[in-house]
Amino acid sequence: MLIKIAKPSDLHESDVTPESIYLSRRRFMGGMAGLGAGLALSGHARANADYSDVPESSAPEWLKEKISETQWRAITPSNPEKDKIAPFDDASGYNNFFEFGTDKGDPARHAGSLETQPWSVVVDGEVNNGGRFALEDFAKPTQFEERIYRLRCVEAWSMVIPWLGIPLADVIKRADPTSKAKYVRFETLVDPEQMRGQRSSFSIIDWPYVEGLRLDEAMNPLTLLAMGMYGRELPNQNGAPLRLVVPWKYGFKSIKSIVRISLVEEQPVNSWQQIAAEEYGFYANVNPEVDHPRWSQATERRLPNSLFNTNTIDTQMFNGYADEVAEMYAGLDLRKNY
Amino acid sequence: MATQYKWLAWRVAVFLAALAPLLFWSWQVANNAAGPEPGRYLLLNIGIGALWLLLFTLSLTPLAKLTRWKGFALIRRQLGLWTLAYATLHMLSYALFILGLNWALLSSEIVKRPYIIVGMIALIGLAVLGATSNRWAMKCLGKRWKPLHKFSYAILGLVLLHFFWVVRADMQEWAMYAAIAALVMLTRLPPVARTLPKLRYRFSR
Repeated sequence: MLIKIAKPSDLHESDVTPESIYLSRRRFMGGMAGLGAGLALSGHARANADYSDVPESSAPEWLKEKISETQWRAITPSNPEKDKIAPFDDASGYNNFFEFGTDKGDPARHAGSLETQPWSVVVDGEVNNGGRFALEDFAKPTQFEERIYRLRCVEAWSMVIPWLGIPLADVIKRADPTSKAKYVRFETLVDPEQMRGQRSSFSIIDWPYVEGLRLDEAMNPLTLLAMGMYGRELPNQNGAPLRLVVPWKYGFKSIKSIVRISLVEEQPVNSWQQIAAEEYGFYANVNPEVDHPRWSQATERRLPNSLFNTNTIDTQMFNGYADEVAEMYAGLDLRKNY
Repeated sequence: MATQYKWLAWRVAVFLAALAPLLFWSWQVANNAAGPEPGRYLLLNIGIGALWLLLFTLSLTPLAKLTRWKGFALIRRQLGLWTLAYATLHMLSYALFILGLNWALLSSEIVKRPYIIVGMIALIGLAVLGATSNRWAMKCLGKRWKPLHKFSYAILGLVLLHFFWVVRADMQEWAMYAAIAALVMLTRLPPVARTLPKLRYRFSR
């Protein structure tokens, strides 16, 4: 079944930022002297997202076909005025993906070396129906959904991104977990040949990058395994060809370029917890009341912003998804289990 | 006369070279080429720029000893003041583009982020050195001027600590700067400092 796409062109004319304002938004105005003028122009963020400026897809045929059958706009923000989709260039040009370097621009610069076709995923551990699956077969049984989620980075910035993918719950049901399965453990590809960050001898990450979820978190309907964004396949720097998206947790939980999904009995030790347990925990739920030891989590900078408008907004409990997820943490001390 | 113009040209060239990065970053921001968070782009680039300038400034004395070229000594004050200028712009970028001049947030952030305090101390130190870098202050301070300005090495230590606390995962970049800083400091240890001019004789023979 094909569902009509709510095209960005359906926007009202009043939603569109006048070109003059758009063009001058980030103008630096000759340093400090331009402060006053900058203030006058900075109020308006970019016009709402438009997939027409998204680069042409180079996805394999099977993925193009899956994408064409997507259930578009399956989940959208309740307040689209506030949660405007970030421009594609920003979502694909400003990433943390330490496999390709630690600078925000490094992934976009260096992830081109990642070969994503063919790709296979191992599903193993406490399952009756495990094995190694070609990505195509892995994706086949479930219809793609487009979900527009807020992504809150632990570094106190955020973006709104339209993902394409399948609920993780479907994948887990197919794998048929045994009664011993309590957690899901994910692993990113290790290949220093393709991933230059893994060649750095000063890196404090012990590759592979590992993430984990409690089984009920993994089965939550919001948890998505993404294979695309902005109506096309994932750019490499965003975690192609398969990544996790857990919108109520800090971005680092949403592990990229997944090669292995294991159902396990013991709570996995995720990479950031391994590096600095006093700064990053297993749960990593977005929580404005529990600060990172080195910075406040009470607010976030919604990107893109501009020089004279930091676009700082209050961070919401569970990143605004409390209605869907808070129940899972009833009775859990979120201050201890950060 | 001709040599005088030569030194003036040298100083102007250094001035323009130190100014160029600021113009380049501003131009990038003006052209939307600085990414979705232009304020942070300026903050980080200017901060690293200040560290480079501090390292350049502190390597001038050992370089002068090694080569005896007058040009190095001539630009020491200028580069020191450029370091102060970059450090000040770095702090202003933080206040304007990250905090958005929200001073209430600043007071809570300062308590939570020790590296901001360390950075502020380093900036105050640079300001003191900048204020006492003119001839009049040198005359007033007399013999005390030199020990006071040796504090620039302590400031370098603070700057590296400030930087160290910001790093999240990969120490490579920080380690590179720390290694250069260690090398610069090493050249000021008396036994090494005494050897530098001798090295020059060896090279020149």
